Amino acid sequence: MALALSRYIPLGTKIPFVQQRFYAFGLSSVAIVVSIVAFLMLGLNFGIDFRGGSQIQIATEGPADLAQIRTVVSNLELGDVQVQNFGSDSIVRIRIERQAGEGTQGANAQQSAIKIVRAALDENIDGVSYRATSVISPKVSGELVNAGIYAVVGALISMLIYIWFRFEWQFSVGAVVALAHDVILTIGMFSISQLEFNLSIIAAILTIVGYSMNDTVVVYDRIRENLRKYKRMPLADVLNQAINETLSRTTITSITTLLALFALFFLGGEVLRGFSFAMIWGVVVGTYSSIFVAAPILLVLGVQRGEFEE
Amino acid sequence: MLHFSPLKQSIIWFLVVIGLVFALPNVLPERIRGGQDVVGTLPSFVPSKTVNLGLDLQGGTHLLYEVDVSSVKQAKLEAAVDDARQFLRSEKPIIPATGFRIVDSTVSFRLARPAQMDLALKRLEPINTVDQASLLTGGAKPPFVIESDPVSGRISYTLEDEALEKEIRDAVARSIEVIRQRIDELGTREPTIQRKGDDRIIVEVPGKSDPERIKELVGQTAKMTFHMLDTSVSIGEAMAGRIPPGAKLVESVNPSEPNVLIRRRPLVDGEDLIDSKPSFNQSGQPAVSFRFNGKGARRFGKATAENVGRRFAIVLDDRVISAPVINSPILGGSGIIEGGFTTETANDLSILLRAGALPAKLTVLDQGSVGAELGADSISAGTIALIIGFVAVVVFMVLVYGFMGLIADAALIANVLLIVGALSALQATLTLPGIAGIILTIGMAVDANVLIFGRVREEYRSGRTPINAVETGFIKARSTILDANITTLIAAVLLLQFGSGPVKGFGVTLAIGIFTSVFTAFVFSRMLTSYWLFKAKPKALPI
Repeated sequence: MALALSRYIPLGTKIPFVQQRFYAFGLSSVAIVVSIVAFLMLGLNFGIDFRGGSQIQIATEGPADLAQIRTVVSNLELGDVQVQNFGSDSIVRIRIERQAGEGTQGANAQQSAIKIVRAALDENIDGVSYRATSVISPKVSGELVNAGIYAVVGALISMLIYIWFRFEWQFSVGAVVALAHDVILTIGMFSISQLEFNLSIIAAILTIVGYSMNDTVVVYDRIRENLRKYKRMPLADVLNQAINETLSRTTITSITTLLALFALFFLGGEVLRGFSFAMIWGVVVGTYSSIFVAAPILLVLGVQRGEFEE
Repeated sequence: MLHFSPLKQSIIWFLVVIGLVFALPNVLPERIRGGQDVVGTLPSFVPSKTVNLGLDLQGGTHLLYEVDVSSVKQAKLEAAVDDARQFLRSEKPIIPATGFRIVDSTVSFRLARPAQMDLALKRLEPINTVDQASLLTGGAKPPFVIESDPVSGRISYTLEDEALEKEIRDAVARSIEVIRQRIDELGTREPTIQRKGDDRIIVEVPGKSDPERIKELVGQTAKMTFHMLDTSVSIGEAMAGRIPPGAKLVESVNPSEPNVLIRRRPLVDGEDLIDSKPSFNQSGQPAVSFRFNGKGARRFGKATAENVGRRFAIVLDDRVISAPVINSPILGGSGIIEGGFTTETANDLSILLRAGALPAKLTVLDQGSVGAELGADSISAGTIALIIGFVAVVVFMVLVYGFMGLIADAALIANVLLIVGALSALQATLTLPGIAGIILTIGMAVDANVLIFGRVREEYRSGRTPINAVETGFIKARSTILDANITTLIAAVLLLQFGSGPVKGFGVTLAIGIFTSVFTAFVFSRMLTSYWLFKAKPKALPI
């Protein structure tokens, strides 16, 4: 097999990544500021799992008349109602705003709302069938929000501790700054695009944290190795060399992961689309941050060379 | 690193084959592997379990209920009030008491003659006894703290937190039993009903069932009682607020029927029912027949014998189903309830009566149902994405690494087999996000091989022989692979902690995928590489 493309991947590239750090930090800072501003101004388009409320997916015979469905459901006066096609023109997703009330009362209010909506659809839409229904009470959605925040923060802290344990504190700070960068940019993306932010996006964020960390660790491992190998080389050069040496791996792994994710995005169905979109974004951002954020930060923080005696 | 002893080789092959054997039933037709109603033709030592599909893939309903803690408390306190009234009046001399009240966790009342305090406290002792079960477990502490004031004649019972917690635990346990009986009557397959946390119950019913009907059946308290009507005042007077002590105004199930004034204390209650079936009355209308146990039959017989010509009410969850006139004493302990039922409502009521009443109100906190059709769509979309993603990665690896890419692909195939095998063997639940987890794992699993090949390439280019380069490549990549996978594992474990239902399924496949991919990419592919190197003795590496 003479056709192995890896032969054409150059070894010993000397791209001065670290020298670009001011541009990279500038770009990242702008992106972070934009993300935070977007989050504060626009917020997130939370799904019902975080907001409470209910959602029905129906199928109609032939293309659905969205306007009619919207009128039928709006007439019930259940507050904000969203009606949209979901992957096909005979499939419609109806989202009903969370009904007022806390605790048991709130839970029961959501239940009555879904009952009313189903009755109205049964009566007015011919040949309607129910593909999926979900109803989340305010109590549970509140718990899910907290659980999501704890999980993401918990992941960042665990990574910090693990890297601290395996490397030096500078590395763990660098890694966690890069991870926080990825998480903030992902949230910013969802804020600007106003795509639905639900439980599966939290799952995606946790996976992005794992993936980006994975990428960072590979670069860090090489940096540590090279620090031992080239004791007199300036830190910036050590960093550059490590990034260059791992560059082909970083690229190839990103490509295989993206191949899998694009298959999921285009073919995996409507339910997984938000998740796979978040993951694709996260893989791109995570790869960038491992190279342009996690490594150059070591230059800012400084690394004690003596620590790396065998 | 490239030398594998025969024992090591056998173990590695054995693990891969085991994965294959456990994964295999998933592609066998049901008539061979056996199934719900089919006996398979496989010998019994061959694994026949397929992957357990989550509700989002096979369709079904998931409900999260919360037991209403305040109603458990209220019931306990009301029972204490009823008992107190009864004990004070049960024997002579009668001890008059007034002002029964329930405030927070405290029941209080006042003796008309404070001098009777000692006698009253003596009679009330049974209220505060420790039950047999907690005597055995050692938690022997009476449920109430009693305070009494001999001057004013005031007595109060305050429910202890510990006792309340025990009541709640019991209520959840009994609720689970009742729900299980009710759902079993639906004839669906393998429902899951389990406690979650202190006061929650998860109900999962796979298959093609209507969520509204399940909720209807599970959510009703279904407390049935039989009461005499109170005829001391007219309904009009009662509606105007003049309700005699010990009586209660209740609505009818049928909104067109008038309200009914009943005596609070039931003649008999549903606990004494032993059987109930849907049936028909004399005019052919759907009805529900019931039968009492010995105690219930005696009490019901006595009460009906004393009250011939008067009306009694059959009350379900504080609403009157019907209030017939007693034509003759009902002595056999069985009867029928008529109340304008349809065949279905008669059937449901008989199910509810057979299973007994829930000890407390249940609230639906979270409901999700997926139709079988959407489930099937999700399976096919997930499978197609899996196949295409897999093929894309496999082709890409061959393009980039040539023959060594094929070795990585062999490892990838083994990896998918092991994941599916592990899911089947562990009977973990595969959800749609779980499928996403497998696809993602396919993309990320080759990372280990990419790392190794990258190292091999460097070593080879720096002038080592093929065997030497491969050997050094594996050694140098090892700690990086370990570090990289541990970080992903940390994320997966947090997903498992955080996730419920589908998201948890994602964490499960991701976590399994990390273990299998370290094995296949680092161990299995290394063994394959060594076969190739020692057999073909290549002069040059393709990478």
